[in-house]
Amino acid sequence: MPSHHHRPESEVALRVKAIESLLVEKGIVDLAALDAIIDTYEHKVGPHIGAQIVAKAWVDPEFKKRLLADGTGAISELGFTGFSSEHMVVVENTPEVHNLIVCTLCSCYPWAILGLPPTWYKSFAYRSRAVIEPRKVLQEFGLEIPEQVEVRVWDSNADLRYLVLPERPDGAEGWSEEDLATLVTRNAMIGAAKVQPPAAADSLVA
Amino acid sequence: MNGPHDLGGMHSMGPIPIEENEPVFHSEWEAKVFAMSFATFVNYFPVDETRHASERMPPGEYLSSSYYERWLYALELLLAEHNLVTPDEIEARIAEFTQADSLID
Repeated sequence: MPSHHHRPESEVALRVKAIESLLVEKGIVDLAALDAIIDTYEHKVGPHIGAQIVAKAWVDPEFKKRLLADGTGAISELGFTGFSSEHMVVVENTPEVHNLIVCTLCSCYPWAILGLPPTWYKSFAYRSRAVIEPRKVLQEFGLEIPEQVEVRVWDSNADLRYLVLPERPDGAEGWSEEDLATLVTRNAMIGAAKVQPPAAADSLVA
Repeated sequence: MNGPHDLGGMHSMGPIPIEENEPVFHSEWEAKVFAMSFATFVNYFPVDETRHASERMPPGEYLSSSYYERWLYALELLLAEHNLVTPDEIEARIAEFTQADSLID
């Protein structure tokens, strides 16, 4: 195969265009189907889906129990099962344990629940370091995990994907499930952040 | 397979490249590589074969390429191995496009 590295962007773009035109010409893919795939991952699936799962677990203790015992089953109750998220394990952050998800081999990630992973998740730095120095990695995200808190790192694979159930922040007592979901970020569901209390979230926006 | 993809625990990979408000795709070609791979691995070869194909990238190239460049490598490799599109056809189409562009210029 030809060499691919250190190529200018325009060269790669042209190469991709050539492959696309051949695939369309041969009837292997069609343009509308490609656009639909791109639209799905740019606009339809994303962390807002995972946020609904987390918010439901915060307000519904029975659902939370099922979610932690059988992530796949509980998530399918909500109709969120999909490609790349067929087998799910949900791990709970508590005052004693902080969970972090990685895929050391590539980029395994629950697409149907969080969308496509961010670049940092797919980076060589994160893949190599998350498993040997997770606390240092978390510091780079601005997250200091106290020594007495255990850090558990989960290495995803092709068949099994993880979701972190973050701690519900203080200051959102009595909030509806829908409002709670707005507090939950992608990074919190990977374990690279905590869910901020509403006041802090507001001041971040302001 | 003990290849360059087995990165867990490797040293000296530097700081985590955190990007605020990152777009899903950084360019149109990334989106197209994703979509073409998705469309073919749904219909022509299983997703596990795509992953394995990217792991067959020579280590030096693997470690100096971007994420979607590795996907592109896997896509081209599998299109060839499944007799869907040959490397020669791709090079010929690139040459055609390049020539058409130079005529416009």
